[in-house]
Amino acid sequence: MNLPAIIAIYKFEMARWGRTFLQSLVAPVIATSLYFVVFGAAIGSRITEIEGIPYGAFIVPGLIMLMLLTQSVANASFGIYFPRFTGMIYEHLSAPISPVEIVTGFVGAAATKSIILGLIILATAGLFVPLHIEHPFWMAGFLLLTAITFSLLGFVIGIWADGFEQLQLVPLLIITPLTFLGGTFYSLNVLPPVWQTVSLFNPVVYLVSGFRWSFYGTSDVSVEVSLAMIGLFLAIGLVAVWWIFKTGYRLKN
Amino acid sequence: MPPMISVKNLSKTYKSGFQALKVTNLDIDKGEIFALLGPNGAGKTTMISIICGIVTPSSGSVTVDGHNIITDYRAARSMIGLVPQELTADMFETVWSTVTFSRGLFGKWPNPAHIEKLLKDLALWDKKDSKLMTLSGGMKRRVMIAKALSHEPSVLFLDEPTAGVDVELRKDMWQLVRNLRDSAVTVILTTHYIQEAEDMADRIGVINNGELILVEDKDELMHKLGKKQLTLELHEALNEIPAELAEHHLMRANDGAELIYTYDSQAPRTGITGLLTDLAQAGITFKDLDTTQRSLEDIFVDLVRRDG
Repeated sequence: MNLPAIIAIYKFEMARWGRTFLQSLVAPVIATSLYFVVFGAAIGSRITEIEGIPYGAFIVPGLIMLMLLTQSVANASFGIYFPRFTGMIYEHLSAPISPVEIVTGFVGAAATKSIILGLIILATAGLFVPLHIEHPFWMAGFLLLTAITFSLLGFVIGIWADGFEQLQLVPLLIITPLTFLGGTFYSLNVLPPVWQTVSLFNPVVYLVSGFRWSFYGTSDVSVEVSLAMIGLFLAIGLVAVWWIFKTGYRLKN
Repeated sequence: MPPMISVKNLSKTYKSGFQALKVTNLDIDKGEIFALLGPNGAGKTTMISIICGIVTPSSGSVTVDGHNIITDYRAARSMIGLVPQELTADMFETVWSTVTFSRGLFGKWPNPAHIEKLLKDLALWDKKDSKLMTLSGGMKRRVMIAKALSHEPSVLFLDEPTAGVDVELRKDMWQLVRNLRDSAVTVILTTHYIQEAEDMADRIGVINNGELILVEDKDELMHKLGKKQLTLELHEALNEIPAELAEHHLMRANDGAELIYTYDSQAPRTGITGLLTDLAQAGITFKDLDTTQRSLEDIFVDLVRRDG
């Protein structure tokens, strides 16, 4: 294994993150804080409880998941797209490094960034609402698996994208709407039966539900199904990345 | 001694159907400087890119010091450093961090002493903390070389390394290449400055339309294909070349004040004696004469025209 290469890519990506501190770290934290102020304090004060959980606390797992998904995709897609854009990708392709090692470096860094961000948002939430984590081990597990899975998705998007617009397309037009409609701010139980069924086709529902279960022990779908769905998404991401390196799609001529 | 790089039946046809490289065989010895010459789009970069792992070959195989570039890519690639044609770099990075990154990518643990020596050798030490975006084109080119040498490769590919750099820097780079050769590094360079190949290369390869049309020791090539020219400086300028001298295929130069005779110095009869006799019979006298060898550039242009 080319460990120095994995470390080099990982450190390079983390350093780039550090250089864009305001955009990468401060902006998402401020955005999440605004959600807490608006939905938790202002509107949330009019909503008593959902499934026995104060509304402000209820939305915490969904908001963390929202940031986790968007940031994982954004960080990983930009990480691999930027060397493609500048032409520096020649160095990765000509280095004695395997596809697994390249992905480990890029996805590892992207997942690390979004997990750090998720934990900071969790701490920020603690300033606004009383926090309670019933299954901390599972909470960490969901955080880790989701970050890795969506960083893999971001990596695939970064390879697929032919411009900065395409890079933004999936996070803005797919991930964010699915997260908003995936039970971030509400329980599926408050929806009419038809929309409850429609919501089950939204993959983010399973992520938010499982993550919320790790906090409060209640969920819209069973935690086993949530875990199975994350496992499925992870498998899809791995297959997509494997196919990219096998065919050289948008990497090699 | 086995070759450092061995290319066997290598070819590349892109999906569009364009054949960038026809079936090619080539051996490059350890420690030699091999210059690959060819016009734009001839296939030079394609060949280099295949050897370095950036482009997938359509057929054939390549070994680097006995290591197959596909089945044993780790060993093969770790021996190669590449300076690409384009100035591609993360402009927000500092010189130090980008060179250190390259070393890590090629599987070497950090060695600040080596990076320091490299940057000093390339006159980049005082710019080590500067972002690449602040450097001149020549300095960026040097950074690319530093990145390629950061992992102490045994083979260095220089794809038009001196394109767009000033004369002073070009001389520095030539010296660097010679120093690398002295330390047993095999250097393969492509260049448009044929003078560069003439001055530095041990062997020359000429590629045109994806086909390697010639591989030859540089001195032998110059010897075999390098016709000489005899320039006669006349006492009186000629308005036209007399008909009785037509068989010598003379050229007028300098408004008829000079006659140029091209001959093959390796031929059994150069024709110089006959020319001088005919000149005397025609009453044409000269005050001075000079002979010059054809340059590699002349040879290259001839080869490419003939092939085209």
